[in-house]
Amino acid sequence: MTTEAPPLSEPLEIQFDYTRSLGPVLGRFMTGLAERRIEGVVGSDGRVHVPPAEYDPVTAEALREFVEVGQQGTVLTWSWCADPVAGQPIQRPFAWALIRLDGADTAMLHAVDVTTPERMRTGMRVRVRWADDPVGHIRDIAYFLPVDAPDDHPPTSPPPPVAEQDGIMVTPIKLGYQHTVSPEESRYLRALGEGKLIGQRCPRCEKVYLPPRGACPTDGVPTTTEVELPDTGIVTTFCIVNVPFLGQQITPPYVVAYILLDGADIAFLHLVRGCDVDQVRMGMRVRAQWRPREEWVTSMRNIAHFKPTGEPDAPYESYAHHL
Amino acid sequence: MSSETWLQDRAIRPAVVGFAQSDCVRRTQGTTNGVEMLVPILAEAFEQTGLSKSDIGFWCSGSSDYLAGRAFSFISAVDAIGAFPPINESHVEMDAAWALYEAWVKIRTGEVDTALVYGFGKSSAGTLRRVLSLQTDPYTVAPLWPDSVSIAALQARFGLESGRWSEKDMAEVAARSLADARANPQAQRSGESSVAELLDAPLTADPLRAHDIAPITDGAAVVILAAEDRASDIAARPAVITGIEHRVDSPVLGARDLTRSPSTESAGAALGVGDVDVAELHAPFTHQELILRHALGLGDDVRISPSGGVLAGNPMFAAGLARIGEAARRVMTGDADRTLAHATSGPALQQNLVTVMEAQS
Repeated sequence: MTTEAPPLSEPLEIQFDYTRSLGPVLGRFMTGLAERRIEGVVGSDGRVHVPPAEYDPVTAEALREFVEVGQQGTVLTWSWCADPVAGQPIQRPFAWALIRLDGADTAMLHAVDVTTPERMRTGMRVRVRWADDPVGHIRDIAYFLPVDAPDDHPPTSPPPPVAEQDGIMVTPIKLGYQHTVSPEESRYLRALGEGKLIGQRCPRCEKVYLPPRGACPTDGVPTTTEVELPDTGIVTTFCIVNVPFLGQQITPPYVVAYILLDGADIAFLHLVRGCDVDQVRMGMRVRAQWRPREEWVTSMRNIAHFKPTGEPDAPYESYAHHL
Repeated sequence: MSSETWLQDRAIRPAVVGFAQSDCVRRTQGTTNGVEMLVPILAEAFEQTGLSKSDIGFWCSGSSDYLAGRAFSFISAVDAIGAFPPINESHVEMDAAWALYEAWVKIRTGEVDTALVYGFGKSSAGTLRRVLSLQTDPYTVAPLWPDSVSIAALQARFGLESGRWSEKDMAEVAARSLADARANPQAQRSGESSVAELLDAPLTADPLRAHDIAPITDGAAVVILAAEDRASDIAARPAVITGIEHRVDSPVLGARDLTRSPSTESAGAALGVGDVDVAELHAPFTHQELILRHALGLGDDVRISPSGGVLAGNPMFAAGLARIGEAARRVMTGDADRTLAHATSGPALQQNLVTVMEAQS
């Protein structure tokens, strides 16, 4: 038995700016923060909620009575974050705390900038360190400091993006992963790097899948038998792209088609070029146009497109069940 | 007799008839869609029950795209079950224990008489404690990225400083869990340590030590349910679900008494969980087991998490379902007559599901 190389794996970063409408309660709270003012809302039982609750947690009544609270508060509980993760308010060891601001009855979660856990204790008094550039976002409170801390702290981190409309907050979310493809996909991608097309046959229904999937979607059993496929096949169905879009790499019009390789039972999407777009037909015979060998990577990108072979079209009945 | 009681008496009772779970591991080489972990355990559950794909009336899964770092990862997972011709399928973006609740409703209402529930999570793909911060309020909390370990540590200190529990109580939970896990071949962590040894370890997230925190685990679990009348044909001793309840607490961490779990108390009270033999509790932090035992009124005579619990392996989005599977297995093997399983989701025990299972009478 040969030792197999581990599956292909690459870092993957995904990012999205979440834009959220704030409504009357959170909108007023965030607007206040932009003006370095903290407002809570009075609950049905007279408790002051900071951050404000839109609806009373006990009676579900809509809450609209605002009251300004202090910018100093008391630590009710805390924990030590020795190894901060990206995005946290302080990027060196710091404390998380639930802080009850003076005049509030509920506590808010935030960071406290102290150098060691020995400097933290429940009951200690802390004050807001405002962001240098408040924009109407919870991050306008950069973090908290012990009340007696000196005023010589460094600049705060850059503010989050400002929404183009009032009543909207923007929160960038960026996540990092180590993305791994399956062993079957790895063999498929590595084979592409050598100019080969490797599919897999389901042991039960005998269908050949390319790309291989690890499990037959019809039978749910592992697909283990590898099959090398030729780089010729047919167009089962296609469309002509006429619409420009962001990131488009080819000038329209061009053809995107389902290509069914000879011997495969599932078609995949690729480009058909090498003829006028109005010459592409269902059933048309095509062959892969590989990029120059020195450009090959472990990707289907190694095939630049498929082009017509000039052979007679496949009869409709031979591929109708793939549509 | 009230109409409600009349319905209760005649309603179909779903039962657990099969359970399988993958090994709990720190890092799989598999993909984030879970197919590699699911294929073998689906086969194992079918072998246990003698059922096949075509016997299953409803499929429901629990997983998270945030954990997977890809959109619709649960759609790729469907490859593992063989979804052609089309199947009756659903998904929850929660622990699969809540998928089991949906399947329970489907059987209870008579729509189907069998269901297969699965959950999977490749927790190692991203930075787990950071990804989980996105479970918090997206306006005032999540933009601060409060990691899940830090939030749990805030909860632990509340209890420590109020005298509700001690560091020794917490270490005892860890010591018992890891000792029990020695008998669990699928555990990620196990071993024998004295409470004194554990307390000698440094604080990693003051006031938490490493032993207080469930490991980062990749894994998957599968449970098969059947209506009670079919269940007896499938399993020698099905674990009949005699009650299942779930509740949620306020998402506002600073407005809750974090030393209690009112949602668990309420779910437990609705079920009457007093005299169970075994309770599998989903407590990713040692102090949370103490909160749950109190909330459910579990006395010293109740065997807690004999599998080792999630301190021995905590596959995200599958671990709650695995608690139900473990508790059901105690009934199915005859080790217990009445068991309880608890599942949690969200920060600091925000959402809780409790189920009680009994041997068929």
